[in-house]
Amino acid sequence: MTDTAVDLIWLAPALALLGFVLNGALVFIRPAAKTVVSIIGAGVLIAAFAVSVVVFRTFSELHAEAPVVFRYWSWMPVGTLQVDFALQVDQLSTVMLLVVTGVGSLIHLFSIGYMKEDPGYARYFAYLNLFVFFMLVLVLGANFPVMFVGWEGVGLCSYLLIGFWFTEKVNADAGRKAFIMNRIGDFGFMVAMFMIFWSTGSLDFTTVFAHAPTALVPAGGAITAITLFLFLGCTGKSAQIPLYTWLPDAMAGPTPVSALIHAATMVTAGVYLVARCNVLFAMAPISSAVVSGVGALTALFAASIALKQWDIKRVLAYSTISQLGYMFLGVGTGAMAAGIFHLTTHAFFKALLFLGSGSVIYAMHHAYHATHSDEDAQDMRNMGGLARYMPWTTALMWIATLAIAGVPPLSGFFSKDEILAAAFARGTTNPVWLLFWLFGLAAALLTAFYMTRLMLYTFHGPNRTGEKEREHFHEAPWIMTGPLVVLGVLSVAGGIINIPELFSGNVWLHHWLEPVTQAGATLLPETHLSHATEWVLVGVAVLMAALGIAGAWRLLKPETLAAARQAPEERGFARILRNKWYVDEIYDALIVRPLVWLSTEVLWKRVDQRVIDSAGVNGAARGARALGWANRWLQTGQVGVYVAVFVVGVLLIIWRAVG
Amino acid sequence: MLLSPALAISAVLFTLGVAGVLLRRNAIVIFMCVELMLNAVNLTFVALAQRLGMGGQIFVFLVMAVAAAEAGVGLAIILAVFRHKQSVSLQNMNLLKD
Repeated sequence: MTDTAVDLIWLAPALALLGFVLNGALVFIRPAAKTVVSIIGAGVLIAAFAVSVVVFRTFSELHAEAPVVFRYWSWMPVGTLQVDFALQVDQLSTVMLLVVTGVGSLIHLFSIGYMKEDPGYARYFAYLNLFVFFMLVLVLGANFPVMFVGWEGVGLCSYLLIGFWFTEKVNADAGRKAFIMNRIGDFGFMVAMFMIFWSTGSLDFTTVFAHAPTALVPAGGAITAITLFLFLGCTGKSAQIPLYTWLPDAMAGPTPVSALIHAATMVTAGVYLVARCNVLFAMAPISSAVVSGVGALTALFAASIALKQWDIKRVLAYSTISQLGYMFLGVGTGAMAAGIFHLTTHAFFKALLFLGSGSVIYAMHHAYHATHSDEDAQDMRNMGGLARYMPWTTALMWIATLAIAGVPPLSGFFSKDEILAAAFARGTTNPVWLLFWLFGLAAALLTAFYMTRLMLYTFHGPNRTGEKEREHFHEAPWIMTGPLVVLGVLSVAGGIINIPELFSGNVWLHHWLEPVTQAGATLLPETHLSHATEWVLVGVAVLMAALGIAGAWRLLKPETLAAARQAPEERGFARILRNKWYVDEIYDALIVRPLVWLSTEVLWKRVDQRVIDSAGVNGAARGARALGWANRWLQTGQVGVYVAVFVVGVLLIIWRAVG
Repeated sequence: MLLSPALAISAVLFTLGVAGVLLRRNAIVIFMCVELMLNAVNLTFVALAQRLGMGGQIFVFLVMAVAAAEAGVGLAIILAVFRHKQSVSLQNMNLLKD
């Protein structure tokens, strides 16, 4: 307890939980009361954001070097394992707190417009509030188990919201896929937790990170295994190779959900976890290289798939995977602040992109709905020229596009540049990072290209929607464009929080996070780049962004594009990219099918039906019947016989007792 | 009083009771044989009470009370069985077998 406003921290998750309970009750009592649901759903989030701002301001005035931990109750007191339900306020969790509640509030407001006509309105807001509650538990938890509760909870909400329109099998399947892929990662998280307890004797963040440097051999097998298992958890939650395939399918959910859960907050939990465990990762150079390598590879790989997707949300989904790869490249390099910086700016511009695409889909859907057409409202080949009808959305989407492409001085430029610079600096001592840096650079080029492609095909050139539909296009209502404007401002100005010294900035976020990242940073080799090198790196990064945008502008011809119905099949390499490198098919052939075969042919038809059912259950029944049949001659039903047996028995006992 | 003759009579009575239960078929006779066994035990109690204290004699009253209750219930059951089967022979009472 600090006797300041920081003590109010419990209010933030409690408010979100309250929203869930009230909206959940309304689902059963009065699902049509949309005004009340909107006020509760968005209101609790805005209140939670206010609490977060107050906590953040008070906490920054404390100048605390150590985290403030609030223990509310003892949760698992088992022998030497003492797990409390405890929340932790420190520099990292307050940043996450602001991002989650801030971006969350905007997306809740947007949802009021987007979901207006949905019959499941109350259920939607109940799930969304529950998600925010679990996300806050995740970022505020003071030990691994509490964090894990949040980690699982957000996974549950993600499943519920991906399959929100569960009457269509595709959506339900997508939800299931996300859930199962995440379970694989969670297995890694749990094993890592057991190993951490086994080697340090605690699961509290403060104790573990204080004891780890002495309890574990640096670069030893134990710490490498722990960090790799933790990272397996991250690849599941944050959609990295090899567990990323669920995220593109997760686009089956409502678009604001994609913005909140599958772009801005939940998927960044893995980055947060690595940053939180920076001490552990700093002690394990192999794991750090794996984290960076997987991140860099994912960034490039996902960006290449995004080049050839036609579904507007799928482009953004692969873009998210790619940008998450950047964050892992950053945190794996040891540049925790850079990773969290990119996490924050990405939350702004990717939420903006998703909400913008939501407003496009909203308009497309209305147009098709008015003419009773069953064309795909998310296919970019059916769009084109929307800038004339939706000027606000177009302008804001362009801002986000320039930000994600890394055009100075927008927010994405600073964060991406810092990650690439950190990777290059690490490369001066360990050449493998130079390769990662090259991957990141190539991904930056592709990012600029596919984002410009998305903008050109959606908003420019001729319209391909159809004559009748065109009359129904209109800009989204203010409740939807309002949050977009706020996110647009943040996407432009978000870089302010961490302007590097190169541009005579004060690197605020870097200094702010120092109490958290210092312990890990001291374990890493010192890297330093001269100002001249940094200028060259900045130049190269900007050149890549410019090349990507200019290249897309020159190469792509929206004028000649055919609508989805008449579009020809891609050929050659484009076809491979269109089919996502056939990764889903490979997984299906190598893992899913053998597993299904094993389950049906061996486990079901042999083990379950023959061994357990036939031999086990029916066998026991048959055995009991045979035993009864053998013994039934004892039961004659004649009372005299029973008495005789009884008397003989008594006589025998007396004889034994006396004799 | 002589202890040994009393115990001997008691043993004879008890054996007669057991033999009757084992050999007779009529439920009422078997019932009487059970009473005979109880009274054989009562005789033993009374006989031994002169050596071992009053406990035995008090116990006899308990046995009598229980035997009275048992007679009431038992005769009622036999009566019910007779109404149902027009017989009190134990040979006909083997419904539990099947």
